[in-house]
Amino acid sequence: MRLPVRLTVGHSDFLRCDSMTTRFENYRRNPVSVRQRRATVIHVFLLVVAHSFAATLGQSQDTKINFNRDIRPLLSDRCFHCHGPDEEDRKAGLRLDRRDGDEGALNALSPNDVAGSELYKRITSSDPDVVMPPPDAHKKPISPQEQKLFRAWIEEGGNYETFWAFTSLEPPSPPTVPANSWGTGPIDWFVKRKLDERGTSPQPAADKRTLLRRLSLDLTGLPPSRSQIAEFLADKSPNAYEKAVDRLLKSPRFGEHMGRHWLDLVRFADTNGIHHDHYRDLSPYRDWVIRAFNQNLPYDDFVRYQLAGDLYEFPSNDQLTASGFNRLHMIIDRGTMLPEESHARNVIDRVTSVGTAFMGLTVGCAVCHDHKYDPISSREFYQLYAFFNNIDATPETGGRSGNDFKRGLQQPYIELPSPEQQIARDKLHKQTTDLEKQIAELKSVVGKQPKEKSAGESRDEKKAAENKTADHQKKIKQLEARRKQLQGELSNLEMMIPAAMIMKERSDIRPAHIMIRGVYDDLGEQVERGTPAFLPPMAEVSGRPKSRMDLANWFVSDEHPLTARVAVNRFWQQLFGVGIVKTAEDIGAQGEWPSHLDLLNYLASRFVSSKWDVKALMKEMVMSETYRQSSEATPEQYKTDPENRLLARGSRYRLDAEVIRDQILATSGVMNSKMGGKSVKPPQPEGLWKAVSLPSSYPSRYVPDTGDQIVRRSVYTFWKRGLPPPQMTILNAPTREDCTARRERTNTPLQALLLMNEQQYMKAAQLLATRALGWEKQGRLSAIYETITGKVPDAGEQEILQKAFNDFENFYRERPALAEAFADKNSDSGYPDHAIAAWTMIINTIYNLDITKTRS
Amino acid sequence: MDDDHQHHLQLGYHENTFVNGPTQPNFTSRATAMNQNSHLTQARRQFLKTSGMGLGVTALGSLLPQNSAALTQSKPAAKHVIFLFMAGAPSQVDLFDYKPDLDKQFKKPLPTSVSQGQRVTAMTRGKEQLVVPSMFKFNQAGESGLWMSELLPHLSKQADRLCILKSLNTNAINHDPAKTFVCTGSELPGKASMGAWLSYGLGSINKDLPDFIVLTSAFWTGGTRNVQGLYSRLWGSGFLPSKHQGVAFQTNGDPVLFLSNPKGVDADVRRRMLDATGALNRKHLGEIGDSEIETTISQQEMAFRMQSSVPELTDLSQESKDVLDSYGPEVHKNGSFARNCLQARRMVERGVRFIQLFHRGWDHHSILPKQLRGQAYDVDQACSALIEDLEQRGLLDDTLIVFAGEFGRTVYGQGKLARDDYGRDHHPRCFSGWLAGGGIKGGMSYGTTDDFSYNVAENPVAVRDLHATLLHQLGINHEKLNFPFQGLDQKLTGVEPARVVKEILS
Repeated sequence: MRLPVRLTVGHSDFLRCDSMTTRFENYRRNPVSVRQRRATVIHVFLLVVAHSFAATLGQSQDTKINFNRDIRPLLSDRCFHCHGPDEEDRKAGLRLDRRDGDEGALNALSPNDVAGSELYKRITSSDPDVVMPPPDAHKKPISPQEQKLFRAWIEEGGNYETFWAFTSLEPPSPPTVPANSWGTGPIDWFVKRKLDERGTSPQPAADKRTLLRRLSLDLTGLPPSRSQIAEFLADKSPNAYEKAVDRLLKSPRFGEHMGRHWLDLVRFADTNGIHHDHYRDLSPYRDWVIRAFNQNLPYDDFVRYQLAGDLYEFPSNDQLTASGFNRLHMIIDRGTMLPEESHARNVIDRVTSVGTAFMGLTVGCAVCHDHKYDPISSREFYQLYAFFNNIDATPETGGRSGNDFKRGLQQPYIELPSPEQQIARDKLHKQTTDLEKQIAELKSVVGKQPKEKSAGESRDEKKAAENKTADHQKKIKQLEARRKQLQGELSNLEMMIPAAMIMKERSDIRPAHIMIRGVYDDLGEQVERGTPAFLPPMAEVSGRPKSRMDLANWFVSDEHPLTARVAVNRFWQQLFGVGIVKTAEDIGAQGEWPSHLDLLNYLASRFVSSKWDVKALMKEMVMSETYRQSSEATPEQYKTDPENRLLARGSRYRLDAEVIRDQILATSGVMNSKMGGKSVKPPQPEGLWKAVSLPSSYPSRYVPDTGDQIVRRSVYTFWKRGLPPPQMTILNAPTREDCTARRERTNTPLQALLLMNEQQYMKAAQLLATRALGWEKQGRLSAIYETITGKVPDAGEQEILQKAFNDFENFYRERPALAEAFADKNSDSGYPDHAIAAWTMIINTIYNLDITKTRS
Repeated sequence: MDDDHQHHLQLGYHENTFVNGPTQPNFTSRATAMNQNSHLTQARRQFLKTSGMGLGVTALGSLLPQNSAALTQSKPAAKHVIFLFMAGAPSQVDLFDYKPDLDKQFKKPLPTSVSQGQRVTAMTRGKEQLVVPSMFKFNQAGESGLWMSELLPHLSKQADRLCILKSLNTNAINHDPAKTFVCTGSELPGKASMGAWLSYGLGSINKDLPDFIVLTSAFWTGGTRNVQGLYSRLWGSGFLPSKHQGVAFQTNGDPVLFLSNPKGVDADVRRRMLDATGALNRKHLGEIGDSEIETTISQQEMAFRMQSSVPELTDLSQESKDVLDSYGPEVHKNGSFARNCLQARRMVERGVRFIQLFHRGWDHHSILPKQLRGQAYDVDQACSALIEDLEQRGLLDDTLIVFAGEFGRTVYGQGKLARDDYGRDHHPRCFSGWLAGGGIKGGMSYGTTDDFSYNVAENPVAVRDLHATLLHQLGINHEKLNFPFQGLDQKLTGVEPARVVKEILS
């Protein structure tokens, strides 16, 4: 987040997006009607900046009107509410989202004839009864400058173009470049062309240390070690950088880091999120996501598995696990809500997430009415709904008895035992069966014993028989006790067996209806499965209904204009801090105009033609000179383009919460790099869960893990939706209650307190201090600095730190009690308390530097 | 940018308080620079007049409202809000909505003409709806003669300062969505909470403290079994920049997370560490050119100041015995509602804009009389003392107090249906709450319900109306305070018409 100074950039007339008195959310009649799901933690001036940015970067020297860039946003923002896709709210039988047709714009538009165009008359009128938008619509009037754009557009013929994101992907030809121009490939050439238009130039490449740290953080979420730095510095070969890229792409840490971004998008968490906010174990899905990135599963399969992995003819465990994507929504536990309402909520949540994650559109807007801005009718929403409506699962989580509840599971799920677990389980099953057989046999023998003395039977004989029966009964008791014990063991074992909740179709298809204004029990017309008409049609199927697999295949077909663009934009955002379309959650009509449209189209079509190769895409981006630029610039340059949308320098932004924590764990040398498995609970301040949980919530208290479980990477940290880990949320991690395509980045005193005082971070500093005391005294300071920041301190930094160290050392030497409070009683390092304390404070200082928490 | 914004910049407005960010509120109608200027001047004068109390108000800029275009009056009726949220939903039938005639209806079915086939919860679906009158006595209190339950003897003494709303109503019937609705105007996660809106719309008064603080209490004298949950979204910033989110103070340990220095670090060490950090950061600022580094420096300094301002705030040792006694014996216990009320008063004194208390434990599906007695005991004396204490200090006029739950409870019973032992289910159609101070008329009751306390009979107050009224008292036009998100201008009051309940304003 930047100071608002930057907002002085741009053409002020494009800036405002004013109130829309929309009937968008009909809370009163309808609790499920609010479909305007928050798909992101938003950066601040969404539309304002969107438009100012279009004005700043898009128009440049190009004086010709570009409908999509210059006119459509104005129509969308000021006109579509009453003259757009939503039929119900359409006024005067006029829709301006289309040029042709009965109600189309041509009714109010005479190409090349400004005076004869009603539209122009209306937007320029000074009569409040005539002017559009009408004053009572609470919309910003069309400014004189905007009027000029309309005039120019009409003069040029008033042509429409398909919205850029809805056009099919055709690779734009890269700009022609002079032979010795800057850059190594098309990415750079597209960027350079924009810079040339703006009369500015790129920065030189960053130094090797900065570069390696940037690359390591971006690809693996971890900083480079000192030896990795040394190796990279020593490698003078021309492809040294590429070697580093390849090494990092092969690291298992790559999947963890990429996966962590994905988990925000799909709202992965460890609790239900509603009412009791009970435990819900989806960790096998997380493990699959990480594995998929590490194995470079092609993105089209990545999408297919998640949408429809259960529908392969012989689905693998991975495919089934991935279909758990459909189980990630918030879900209520039974007892208060009506199940039919819960079902509708779940399905809507599922579809909305598909919209955000794969389409980059706010399809949820169409739950209650036709979408106001994008061409998605309410009917089309429910046609998508029909694909996800048929889950074979109860809509609310189950009762508290049994292992499922304790394991955080809800049917349907598959179990994924390790071979050892499978052997142990088989053994227990066999033992149980054997026991049961024995018990049954004994019981039958006992059952046959006559109760009364039979004729001819002597007293002794009877006594013997009785004894025998008693023996049998005793034996039965013993065996039953043993059986109970085995059942306990089996139950304990099952608690440990990973299980993945999956998607599963019911055998008969549950009909889907339009829900009138989104009300779950106010059903309108029944609808068939289908996709929105503005997108390419799905392949026809015959003799069976369209399936989720058909839908998945449609999403990743070559013709689909959205899937690749949306994905590429997000991957770009991961590397440059801001997407080419900044509104990564919405690339529709109300989303932001792309900073480099041709570049986005180029990368998206490359992505498809590469068979959706994620690692290749990441590599191409980080290999570009654009990526490798230095982020040092003048204050003026930072002010004019604070988010680096022009890419005239290397991007510089604060690291995400997880990366900050992992960096501390890694650089202090305590990180446990174990991969996968159930979520872990590092320490957090006491009482946080208690303050919000029900006594009957499971779990209701936070019990931190111990040992090396608390120093796992943050992607494995337990996520309670009702109160996520504060170490994460204070640094802008979302609650994972809904899909988040990009995080906000703020800079707050609460963050400063966290980084200064957090127990685990301080402990890590102390451990590093103790470790560093074992290093050569000469150069120790420099080595610590390099360990944490990847740089060696220059003379100035050295001086400040040395002075601070002397200061801390004297201070603690004079206050032994305070120094002693630092010391870890369990470790017998042999170093004096004041030395440990002073070095810890130096490390605490370095951990709190702006450059440490920042990727540059 | 626009005029408003330019103007803020000239005033150094971006040196905003609790965090840095490019946030500028979005307001529908644009004030001219001149109007704004006069408004700001006025605000500044006001500030100079009122800044003599409590902790030093350090930032002139921070008093300036975020956007005066949404301000409806030059002098807002109130500056602060204390929202006493009774989580779990107290029974209006037993506390405020006196229905003497119900006595004759004991165990009789609720007429279907009254219930009108309204949806119920999964707990009472398909069950008979038998009326259970309140077992508690009601008395008229104060000169105004408001009817108050015997469970609220202390609050009854404040009757002439209370405006009881009997016609509150909501959409949601289950706790989670209903709480989210009252706190954010929407049943689903993702929207901004009331306090976040105020922080966004009005800015800070005290630069060293958050604009919006949350205090929670539960497991006291009343409900300890079925204590409903809370979620951080109830005080979240939703789509607003996160600097506006509520800061939940902890009752044990650090009131603000990670506030205290670790073992072995005292304020002296921390100061030295920050000096070194600052020196290095400034050096890097010169080299790199990114003003974000400057923000980091200022946030670290603010964190350091909070290390003294927050403990000063939560330290009750300077409170007189009389004051402590007035809040009742529970005030001595950490995390009690009474103690939180006293904290809220101290926060108002120090310029915190919005303080929200959550007292849990009101979800009385069974053994309501016993549990309600306890809950009422928890809050009765403290609420009364809070009103009195603020009044004594001349702060009640500036402080709007709101007391409400997320919905009401049914007149028909649940659990055992005895005269003196019963429970009640969730009821969204009507519930009671009260307001005091902050330009609200005292000694009045507004809105009525039918004979069964089931439907609103006249003057309904929807949750969005309560929100509109609250904003109005703080000087904000609810129609104009909005924020663009996903292509829409979001408002606290949503899209259905909301109305300021003018009849209750003094």
